[in-house]
Amino acid sequence: MDTTGTLFLPPANSTLASEVDPLWGFLFWSSTIMFAIVMAMIAFFVIKYRRRGQDTLTTGNAHNAPLEIAWTVIPTILVMIIFIWGFKSYIKFYVAPKDALEINVTGQKWFWSFDYPGGANSVSDITVPVGKPVKLLMSSKDVLHSFYVPNFRIKMDVLPNRYTTAWFEATAVGDYQIFCTEYCGKGHSEMLGKVKVVGEREFAEWLEKSSGMGEGLSLEEFGAQLYKSRACNTCHTLDGKKLVGPTFKGLFGREEAMTDGTRLVADENYLRESMLDPKAHIVNGYDPVMPTYQGILKDRQIDALIAFIKAQQ
Amino acid sequence: MADHAKTHAPLDEHVAHHFTDAEQQRESSKLGMWVFLLTEVLFFGGLFCAYAIYRSWYPEMFHAAHKALDVKLGFINTLVLISSSVTMALAIRSMQLGNKRQTMYHLFATLIFAATFLVIKYFEYSHKFHLGQLPGKYYTYTGIEGSNPHVFFSIYFVMTGLHGLHVIGGMIAIIIMLVKTSRDRFNALYYNPIEVTGLYWHLVDLIWIFLFPLLYLVS
Amino acid sequence: MEPTIPQTHYLNSPKGLKSWLFTLDHKRIGIMYFAAIMFFFFFAGLLAIILRTELLNPGRDLMDAEAYNRFFTLHGAIMIFLFIIPSIPAALGNFLLPLMIGAKDVAFPRLNLASWYVFVGGAIFGIYSLISGGADTGWTFYTPYSTSTTSSVSSMLLAAFILGFSSIFTGLNFIVTIHKLRAPGQTWFKLPLMVWALYATALIQVLATPVLAITLVLLLLERTMGIGIFDPAMGGDPVLYQHFFWFYSHPAVYIMILPGMGIISELISHMSHRKIFGYNAIAYSSFGIALVSFLVWGHHMFTSGQSELAAVIFSFLTFFVGIPSGVKVFNWVMTLYKGSISLATPMLYALSFLVLFTIGGLTGIFLGALSVDIHVHDTYFVVAHFHYVMMGGTVMALLGGIHFWWPKMFGKRYNEFWAATSAIIIFIGFNMTFFTQFILGAQGMPRRYYTYIDQYQSLHVFSTYGAWVLGLGFLIMAIYFIHSLIKGKPAGNNPWGAIGFEWETASPPPTENFVTQPVVTHGPYDYDKVLIPREMPTRSEKVAR
Ligand code: HEA
Ligand code: HEA
Ligand code: HEC
Ligand code: CUA
Ligand SMILES: [Cu+2]
Repeated sequence: MDTTGTLFLPPANSTLASEVDPLWGFLFWSSTIMFAIVMAMIAFFVIKYRRRGQDTLTTGNAHNAPLEIAWTVIPTILVMIIFIWGFKSYIKFYVAPKDALEINVTGQKWFWSFDYPGGANSVSDITVPVGKPVKLLMSSKDVLHSFYVPNFRIKMDVLPNRYTTAWFEATAVGDYQIFCTEYCGKGHSEMLGKVKVVGEREFAEWLEKSSGMGEGLSLEEFGAQLYKSRACNTCHTLDGKKLVGPTFKGLFGREEAMTDGTRLVADENYLRESMLDPKAHIVNGYDPVMPTYQGILKDRQIDALIAFIKAQQ
Repeated sequence: MADHAKTHAPLDEHVAHHFTDAEQQRESSKLGMWVFLLTEVLFFGGLFCAYAIYRSWYPEMFHAAHKALDVKLGFINTLVLISSSVTMALAIRSMQLGNKRQTMYHLFATLIFAATFLVIKYFEYSHKFHLGQLPGKYYTYTGIEGSNPHVFFSIYFVMTGLHGLHVIGGMIAIIIMLVKTSRDRFNALYYNPIEVTGLYWHLVDLIWIFLFPLLYLVS
Repeated sequence: MEPTIPQTHYLNSPKGLKSWLFTLDHKRIGIMYFAAIMFFFFFAGLLAIILRTELLNPGRDLMDAEAYNRFFTLHGAIMIFLFIIPSIPAALGNFLLPLMIGAKDVAFPRLNLASWYVFVGGAIFGIYSLISGGADTGWTFYTPYSTSTTSSVSSMLLAAFILGFSSIFTGLNFIVTIHKLRAPGQTWFKLPLMVWALYATALIQVLATPVLAITLVLLLLERTMGIGIFDPAMGGDPVLYQHFFWFYSHPAVYIMILPGMGIISELISHMSHRKIFGYNAIAYSSFGIALVSFLVWGHHMFTSGQSELAAVIFSFLTFFVGIPSGVKVFNWVMTLYKGSISLATPMLYALSFLVLFTIGGLTGIFLGALSVDIHVHDTYFVVAHFHYVMMGGTVMALLGGIHFWWPKMFGKRYNEFWAATSAIIIFIGFNMTFFTQFILGAQGMPRRYYTYIDQYQSLHVFSTYGAWVLGLGFLIMAIYFIHSLIKGKPAGNNPWGAIGFEWETASPPPTENFVTQPVVTHGPYDYDKVLIPREMPTRSEKVAR
């Protein structure tokens, strides 16, 4: 993301952005002019009527009807223009074109996951075709999040137990930053991702590849891929360091102390339970913040991750 | 404004130093109480909003859940509180006429009505506690159809609970008035605090008059 | 003739700590509030400086994400609930209101003292929350995060709940005082505009605060009993919480700004010895703002999932707050025309206010425009907007007011040179810190971020430097004020040559404010009819002599 957009905005890379930016420009210039007039008057008066010596009685009118009407009516007209303009472009945010590609978005502490028609899914990064409207059907697994792509000028809160929607049509191939803009706790500022806008053909290829279950890869290789693509790496390291969660290094077969006092050996069943129902047992010294992967990971993917964790000795 | 020439003249002993006269003081305290009542209305207003919203979301559940409330007891309580408002008004009237004994009787009667209200409420509450018709996550009752019946009881307990606290607050104020009356602190010209307490008490009553149909008589 | 300080005044009679703790004198209660709010301002300001320093680099410098989240929550919550809402009404307002209307005290002195103790009680819960780990929800306490986090949220909620009552008591007291205790001859349209502003503020305090109180009660119950009103896991609705919260918190922003506008009306007129332009328009516009403020809360929720129709209506109404605010700004500017403008420190702050509030307000118009808000909502653009209106608006007005009435409150002068210097440093530091944040926000930098992507760094660095400059300005201020308290020269009864009851009595005023009941003989700003000689010459006049 570079900063070559107009008037401090990032570059406009969606059709909606080109709806919003002219209004931004109008606001910017009309406020600048308004501000300049007020400041010029203040500066002029302060210099001209600065108290220099002894006081005398000040004279002059303490009101002036035409003036007062003018500065009520002119701003009113101005804000009505702004309102109608803002309203008109806002409506466009809400009616996604009928032929839009629908993608389900799930926000949870602290990553995004995306489900595409046809079974493919991805975590953190969403891949979309250029020049084609995309509709996002969003919900959250825990607290509020908000899906924000500055280059597209779209933002929408993501709520638990409810669906919200947003849509965009990217106008140029490239990677665009995703932020989470509703405060959601510790990992809020690292709940990032990318919109990867690719050509129509590349998108079809990508879909094909991602809906696969690691065909042609060993379980362990497939697990290594998932470790990254399912964002395990945001909380678990492979080198023994402690992040939000415990490291995977040497995890398999280790005996772990839990907050409820039990001690468990990390075997296959335990690893599986950790992914599907992480709240069941909490490792001592950690917060119960690991999200559940119930419904996100398919059986073969769980097997692959277990194989991958086993290999980290 | 009153004539300021009187500012330093010796005035009625009840007039605080910063008021010019008794009239100004009386008006001030009444206005103050009205403003306070306004804040109370808005305080409960928030709850009434929550009530209205949840009722419109879960109309069936509200209908099913309200049957768990005892209309008879609720109705008796309504009568009790209305009676207490009457005796409160009579107490003020008696003091305006300078009748100390009667004032005390009326205040005492108000107090008894208030206590009766609370006792009845206590029986209602304990019955619900027994059945597990409790707010939020403590709700264990299973006899109500519809989604989220615990929300109805949350609203019920929060509204009636806060109202109950207001009743207790009112009772404390009435007790203070009773003691002060017995110590001859008021007379036919100065009965301001009783009057203001009365205003407050009527509001407590009024809130119940809204709560009763909303909670007990969902149709 | 050198003025002297009277032998006995409200500060020294009666004497002793107890006489302060049980005082019913509105001036002493005002001073006690003043001490408390300045303490919390400096404390929360220090937190801000620390969190800005953390933002010097992306990634972890001073603290981790969890600590950062607590820092901005505390900074915001303390600034809002313990500093800015009580600041002008409870401290300066308490001191000035009875003086301005020629009364001996507020209508209910005991309630006034009670409100201070309630304030302290609330503050204790706030501090308890701080030492027991601090809350990490942001000052907005959005559900379901606030119902699920394990940090010390409940005591912070209790603190805000209790502080609400202190605010209600003050508002109630002011309404009755203004209605019933005005001096003979002081009709509504002979009131100083500060009194009008306090009245409009009090109305909002009394009408909006109870809704916050009930919201906080429900939220507390949600945390402890899961009552299912706001928590989606229990069948509740987080958007409903936001409606409840902003129903108070939007009007609350006018609780913050209206008294500031009142001060500015006073300063502009008195410091330029010029009758205020459009008295009626300024007085009425306060009520216009107060009224509309109750109808626009949804503009904080354009992306929250509220209905589109609601969003459109809220946007429409939002713009109508801009009109009366504009009316005020233009009236102040026109007051300067043909005035006799002194550039002493209070006026420097008043002029800062005009510059900064106009920027803050105009960017509020950006935020009110639906499609633009979608882009800048919850970014630093919003952070910059509200610091421009709160810090650049209210705090500048407060500082101007403090400098203007300081001689009255303590009977002493402060060092004009250092005061003017620090005012200029604060102005520069402020713009460095926050103007930068408009650009950051426009580029997409989200708020409440403990770390950020590299591209934003240079602007963050500049903003942090600005915050340090700002800190320096306040440090200077603290020093010359303390110096003034200890060694300041006597100020005289009316150092500015201003009109108004408060300037007719001694500095500091006697315990009962006036020796004889003052009577209104002319309008509050009749500089075209009366001229009162000044006792404190301005900088330029000193040079001229
Ligand atoms: C003192 C406090 C204060 C004041 C006075 C204001 C004043 C205004 N505010 Fe602000 N606001 C806040 C404090 C304040 N605000 C806070 C704390 C938040 C964020 C809370 C949070 O999320 O943490 C916020 C957030 C906020 C938002 C939500 C942004 C978001 O989260 O996406 C919006 C949106 O409409 C908004 C709008 C306005 C408007 C239109 C005004 C108007 O009142 C401004 C009116 C003034 C002028 C317009 C300038 C003077 C006029 C002229 C010179 C005349 C010419 C004018 C025109 C032609 C229009 N504010
Ligand atoms: C009255 C309200 C008020 C005031 C005056 C301020 C004042 C300041 N604020 Fe604050 N701020 C808020 C209200 C306020 N703020 C609110 C409501 C939030 C939102 C919180 C949330 O998201 O929940 C916020 C959030 C907020 C953020 C965003 C955090 C984030 O989203 O991640 C930032 C970042 O720059 C910031 C900075 C500052 C700075 C630098 C000052 C400065 O102006 C402070 C100046 C004061 C001092 C400097 C103190 C006095 C001086 C000394 C003690 C001397 C010693 C100094 C040195 C040694 C240098 N504030
Ligand atoms: C948001 C952070 C986060 C993410 C993302 C995350 N985890 Fe965890 N994980 C944790 C935390 C914290 C714990 C320790 C607390 C607990 O037991 O729940 C944990 C515990 C575990 C454990 C048990 C470890 C032990 O030492 O006993 C396993 C296995 C595990 N995670 C696997 C995964 C896998 C596989 C993924 C990705 C598909 C993943 N985690 C993603 C935070 C995370
Ligand atoms: Cu998710 Cu912030
Ligand atoms: Cu607002």
